[in-house]
Amino acid sequence: MCGIVGLYLKNPSWESRLGALFEPMLVAMTERGPDSAGFSIYGDEYDAGIKLTLQSDDADYDWANLADRLGAAFAGVDDWYRNASVAVFKLAAPEAELRAWLAEQAPGVRVLSAGQSIEILKGVGLPATIAERFNLKGMKGSHAIGHTRMATESAVTLQGSHPFSTGLDLCLVHNGSLSNHNRLRDKLRREGIVFETDNDSEVAAGYLTWRLAKGDSLSQALKGALKDLDGFFTFAIGTRDGFAVVRDPISCKPAVIAETEDYVAMASEYRALAGLPGIQHARVWEPEPATIYVWEHDGAKVEAA
Amino acid sequence: MTDYSSNPTLRESATYGRDVIHEIQRAAETGIYDIRGWGAKRKVPHFDDLLFLGASMSRYPLEGYREKCDTRVTLGTRHAKKPLVIETPVTIAGMSFGALSAQAKEALGRGASEVGTSTTTGDGGMTAEERGESTKLVYQYLPSRYGMNPDDLRKADAIEVVLGQGAKPGGGGMLLGQKISDRVAQMRTLPKGIDQRSACRHPDWTGPDDLAIKIAELREITDWQVPIYIKVGATRTYYDVKLAVKAGADVVVLDGMQGGTAATQEVFIEHVGIPTMAAIPQAAQALQEMGVHREVQLIVSGGIRNGADVAKAIALGADAVAIGTAALIALGDNHPRYDEEYRQMGSAAGFYDDFQEGKCPAGISTQDPELSQRLDPVAAGKRLANYLRVLTLEAQTLARACGKSHLHHLEPEDLVALNVEAAAMARVPLAGTDWVPGQRF
Amino acid sequence: MKTVDLAEQSLRALNQSLHDGEMLSDIREWRVTNTDGAHNIACGLNDDISVDIDGHAGYYCAGMNQRASVTVHGNVGVGVAENMMSGTVRVTGDASQSAGATAHGGLLVIEGNAAARCGISMKGVDIVVKGNIGPMSAFMGQAGRLVVCGDAGDALGDSIYEARLYVKGRVGTLGADCIEKPMRAEHQEELAALLEQAGIDEDPADFRRYGSARELYHFKVDNASAY
Repeated sequence: MCGIVGLYLKNPSWESRLGALFEPMLVAMTERGPDSAGFSIYGDEYDAGIKLTLQSDDADYDWANLADRLGAAFAGVDDWYRNASVAVFKLAAPEAELRAWLAEQAPGVRVLSAGQSIEILKGVGLPATIAERFNLKGMKGSHAIGHTRMATESAVTLQGSHPFSTGLDLCLVHNGSLSNHNRLRDKLRREGIVFETDNDSEVAAGYLTWRLAKGDSLSQALKGALKDLDGFFTFAIGTRDGFAVVRDPISCKPAVIAETEDYVAMASEYRALAGLPGIQHARVWEPEPATIYVWEHDGAKVEAA
Repeated sequence: MTDYSSNPTLRESATYGRDVIHEIQRAAETGIYDIRGWGAKRKVPHFDDLLFLGASMSRYPLEGYREKCDTRVTLGTRHAKKPLVIETPVTIAGMSFGALSAQAKEALGRGASEVGTSTTTGDGGMTAEERGESTKLVYQYLPSRYGMNPDDLRKADAIEVVLGQGAKPGGGGMLLGQKISDRVAQMRTLPKGIDQRSACRHPDWTGPDDLAIKIAELREITDWQVPIYIKVGATRTYYDVKLAVKAGADVVVLDGMQGGTAATQEVFIEHVGIPTMAAIPQAAQALQEMGVHREVQLIVSGGIRNGADVAKAIALGADAVAIGTAALIALGDNHPRYDEEYRQMGSAAGFYDDFQEGKCPAGISTQDPELSQRLDPVAAGKRLANYLRVLTLEAQTLARACGKSHLHHLEPEDLVALNVEAAAMARVPLAGTDWVPGQRF
Repeated sequence: MKTVDLAEQSLRALNQSLHDGEMLSDIREWRVTNTDGAHNIACGLNDDISVDIDGHAGYYCAGMNQRASVTVHGNVGVGVAENMMSGTVRVTGDASQSAGATAHGGLLVIEGNAAARCGISMKGVDIVVKGNIGPMSAFMGQAGRLVVCGDAGDALGDSIYEARLYVKGRVGTLGADCIEKPMRAEHQEELAALLEQAGIDEDPADFRRYGSARELYHFKVDNASAY
């Protein structure tokens, strides 16, 4: 039960302003989700290997030491930087080996995201606090999706905060409430998907991870989600160079999309879009139920499920 | 009827008892599920399984007839400019005109007003009789929005947004054609005599994030004057109460599975929801964790029958209780005087639950003009007032015995349980021990 | 004409003024600016004033309207004119879901498209949509008229009671118990009057009429598949 926002820039010259444009969108959804907030931001591409966003609950965590150890174990770290409770590392190594090494060598450090472009930042507290903590305003990139959470059943924790990573450069945010996630979680666990919480949205994320790992395209995976996930949802999904929106067939949870030549923006409520430049002349509409909307950099593309 | 119990050669199946066999036969004959009124009839752990620890040496009792034991409760202190003050923490639950006759609604208003408490509209709008005779009237805002209008909204002393009720959490209301009289049809904008199916979800919001905006709308329309209640059926109570508070409720109304209904599927009444006693500690825990216990008030309903139930509900964390079934009985429902008529309908006084048929001989759950005339609203209102006074006096008696100068000073620590189930659900120790199952080991 | 700038004044102050009989006796025309999608603008009005809302509005705009004439120059969020009793609400752009939900009277005109559940549980309101409407529109519609100049989404008029539906374009699917009905002269007249009232230039002859088959009015075993 939450607020969702997404901003996908079509005009590359706006990328230096992504954070500044996106932050007010996130903060505008505070009333829908005052418990926690998070966002994933795509940019600062790293092609030579993998970019990991790591998080620790220990405010004094020695990230420099971790960088040294990672470098020793994996033939060097190309770059790393710290941002509040998270740190981003860039290095050339296979994802699975990195995750295994971290689980063993740095217990307590969480992998919030992995990919070439994505960084996920999230935390418990008001959206404005989270945005400020990570200096969202100053961030650059091509697209971002965010979430403000009003926790329904699972705990108010960092792990329960959205976005949920669903695979390399892929993440999902959810507004609504699923009704069949527990059995599905068990099934996906048997298939090797790892879950950290009893959160319904994490199951949706895990479901996409599973389908994509089996070779589905994003659209195919989302079509599967429309069939296999029961309950109410509006999802926004980020990919390395794309952005998707899908609502369940009943579509009680709100969504509004605005598109101009420069961007596609999506939010639970228009309020979040009101401050965007050129919004007065944007095409503003409500996405249809059970319809998958995908934008990629080769142009907008809408498919009916 | 032949009494088979004395014949030792006959063995009744525990799984396929005569009632079960009858229901299978009935289903096979008609092809439609059984619909009835009343609440859950199966035995569930209840307040009867709890006992008070009266004062003796370690605690001092209050004198029964001289020392004050306050019963006044203020509802809606969180946001409302005009909170609702009731003189006794026993209110009348929402029951619709349609399900009940106009006379019954009037009697409820009269009885409640006489003792300074509130009554509540239901799914079908506000009648002039009811508003006229109720000094404190709560206006229900339901998924169907039958008879819903802003004039009545502004006349209400509080607004109760109904998400569900204990008899059927997750289900919508139902009113069968026999009770859709001209007046009911006109109030609900329905054709006369149809079987009306009410919605289970509100038409313009779903979930707490959107409810927050709906509550803001109701406050804007009423200029923030009156309290806004959120009523839920008891299921995932801990979460639902937290979300009601987050969405901005002034008061949470919690209806346990024993709560009554005018008509719904038997399978729903008996198989959905949790007992009232089990729900209250969950609600109190949620309110306490959010730091709003007794600031956001909790009204509990579902199986409140006597002053002991009232006192126990309050001790577990309620600020007030609401009665429905018991209020109808006080008005005259299921009275032995009508036994012969109940029997003609295949029931008996004390068993009658076919409120949907509209043939209530007591003139309560009916729209038949002749039957309705049988209920004298003044006399019935008087009976209800008497009953409400007894509930209050009984609750005071128990509170004084525990040394409390206000009913709200009762606490879970004043209670023990008679059996393990009640101890676990109410989260109080098994009598004579300090063992709360699932809590301390 | 009084202008209220929501960037300067709170929504609460605006609505309080719009409920203030004394103030309204002097000022009959209002304009609201800088709305930025705010919720609950001009809800609970009860006087025959006119309110022009410049820009997009959020949820429940003009909710429970009585007598007033409200025009939104933009889009509206969920539940515009929900439970309206009388008066007129006009939206120049699109409406989100549940437009005119449970409304008992008055006229709601949407010049753009309306999303899912337009006219859900309508109880006497007249709704005229110049564009398309989404799925499950007029769900459980009890009374009133819904006119759609574009297309209607799936499950139109599901479980409908006595509401009357007129659609010019394509209907996705009809909901349970909703059927096409003959368009007789009195319906042409009724529709012509509604279109004229809404200020929309369409030929009533181009529309089809839908309404209740009244098969679900009583619980019957034969209907079990529809429940």
